[in-house]
Amino acid sequence: MSPDPLDALRQATRARVALGRAGDAMPTAHLLTLRQAHAAARDAVHDPLDADALAAEIERELGVGVCRVASSAPDRSRYLQRPDQGRRLAPDTELPAGEYDLALVVGDGLSPLAIRRHAVPMLREILARLDGWRVAPVVVATQARVALGDEIATAIGARSVLVLIGERPGMSSTDSLGAYFTYDARRGRRDSERNCLSNIRPPYGVDYAPAADTLAMLMAEARRLKLSGTALKADPALPSAEEPS
Amino acid sequence: MTRRITLSGHTYEFADLKALLAAATPERSGDALAGVAAASEQERVAAQWLLADLPLTTFLDEHVVPYEDDEVTRLIVDTHDAAAFAPVAAMTVGEFREHLLRPETDTTVLRDGLTPEMVAATSKLMRVQDLISVARRTPVVTAFRSTIGLPGTLATRLQPNDPTDDALGVSAAIVDGLLHGCGDAVIGINPATDSPQRAIDLLRLIDDVRQRYDIPTQGCVLAHVTTTLQILERGAPVDLVFQSIAGTEAANDGFGVTLALLREAHEGALALGRGTVGTQCMYFETGQGSALSADAHHGVDQQTLEVRAYAVARAFDPLLVNTVVGFIGPEYLFDGKQILRAGLEDHFCGKLLGLPMGVDVCYTNHAEADADDTDVLLTLLGAAGCPFVICVPGGDDVMLHYQSLSFHDALYARQTLGLRPAPEFADWLARMDMMTADGRVRELSADASSLRVLTAGLR
Repeated sequence: MSPDPLDALRQATRARVALGRAGDAMPTAHLLTLRQAHAAARDAVHDPLDADALAAEIERELGVGVCRVASSAPDRSRYLQRPDQGRRLAPDTELPAGEYDLALVVGDGLSPLAIRRHAVPMLREILARLDGWRVAPVVVATQARVALGDEIATAIGARSVLVLIGERPGMSSTDSLGAYFTYDARRGRRDSERNCLSNIRPPYGVDYAPAADTLAMLMAEARRLKLSGTALKADPALPSAEEPS
Repeated sequence: MTRRITLSGHTYEFADLKALLAAATPERSGDALAGVAAASEQERVAAQWLLADLPLTTFLDEHVVPYEDDEVTRLIVDTHDAAAFAPVAAMTVGEFREHLLRPETDTTVLRDGLTPEMVAATSKLMRVQDLISVARRTPVVTAFRSTIGLPGTLATRLQPNDPTDDALGVSAAIVDGLLHGCGDAVIGINPATDSPQRAIDLLRLIDDVRQRYDIPTQGCVLAHVTTTLQILERGAPVDLVFQSIAGTEAANDGFGVTLALLREAHEGALALGRGTVGTQCMYFETGQGSALSADAHHGVDQQTLEVRAYAVARAFDPLLVNTVVGFIGPEYLFDGKQILRAGLEDHFCGKLLGLPMGVDVCYTNHAEADADDTDVLLTLLGAAGCPFVICVPGGDDVMLHYQSLSFHDALYARQTLGLRPAPEFADWLARMDMMTADGRVRELSADASSLRVLTAGLR
């Protein structure tokens, strides 16, 4: 045990313990550390995704076709207040329809920062594991909620959809990426009919390759059983989607 | 029944009671999301004028959720105490507001005579100062090993959450909270999983700390009520049964609970008889928007539904109830102003219905709120006589990823507003040499004996 008992407390947890006091309040350094963490989380929510730049990067880096769409939420403020609008495509959205097994959707969600950091390397790992899948062009979506993927899948002519989306930022994790898979995707699917893998954010969270391995295994199992969600337990570590963004 | 009013030459119409209540509700994003909010500021006031003239008895005759369809409505109607209601039975909503504000009115005796809808309607007419002054005069006192809600006290739930339920991490957060004089309402952990064995391990951890240092408080693992029932049968040290509840049968169904299940759990915990200064052993959490998020709102505004959840809580004589006011996100309460108002409404309405109504003063990172907003709400709740608030290390919950109050915040509120911890806990703090005679929690030096003693248990 450390000679200073307060050090023992600090080493025991990631929680913000033993901060010390200035009177009854926090010392200035901790006050500003907390404010800085909140500022980073706020910026992660509000700094918009440059969707055109991301689309170009995906085409260049991964050599796949990319389409751009937006949800019917006209701006960030409405997006935050009206999740229903984030689940619907903007009126008159057109996508080239085909016949596919899988649509891949990259949505800004609540952390565009997560998409900027992790979408391209994560897509690369996933695309490398999709032998035998007819994969639609990647769709980059802004002001997107998870369920927007259902409408995209229908519009583009895909049976299933995998949505990569920025998760709600925490004070210590502003760039966490979530992956939501839905078999037989269509409007009205419930969250319990999806499977989710969250906290993809190397080096602190799940790394790209193991995440892609898990998703590929899950998707293969979903295809075999023709379902996804709580009824699908390809891996006990994979909970159904409880609270998608 | 359609109700009409003409203001400044414009006629406003409301198709039924729930439409009127919704339109009269101060602005919040959740009601706009549900499509029930007033279409304009003037329509909101028009609805409030109509509401003010409505007899309280209206709410006994017209139900916002049908009696046949909903066991919460049946609970409200079937347990209404006509004798307790009699003194105010002839009043309108507007008159009832004035009655509550008069200093000679005893606001603590009405509880079983009031329905949630009457209380919600009254709160919609009230300003923030009304919500504070009436709640302050309506103390609700409950007890288990500590006494919660006495005037002049502010208790705290110490929330030592850990992303992996790591025993050492949880212990460190508990010790940190105790050293700041927190934990008198409950030491309550949200478990990272709903595993029964995990819940037992965490309960034992809390119970060991409590017994080792002889702390007059109670422990709780906020698992689902069915999990708590299971571990209760396996002999786990269950002090309190926890459950999240909502204001409609369908929303409670979404939480996986019924009134019968809660009754069974209540009886199970009562039978253990683990309390020392009291027997109240239920702990509920609520929050505006939960029914809408479960698609179970019946077209009723979120604040009225929230107060209906208090009728559920009231039926089980709880030790603690709190609204988790800023947790649900900006689609229900958009910014600091909406969170502030909702927190004070929830506290007022809970108190009037006889609940020991605490508040998790909090926000998420996608809401338009920050620590200044939680400071304001905490200060107002202290003025309003709120029995307890929730505190986490540094205000940052590393498991649920939201910001609540810090232990420092509780020290601030107690010191600034002249409030003390629960009396049994205050005595314990004094015995441990952690509190001065004038009620100040000592700032510890590294060689303080209490620090040595409490951290010695960390392994």
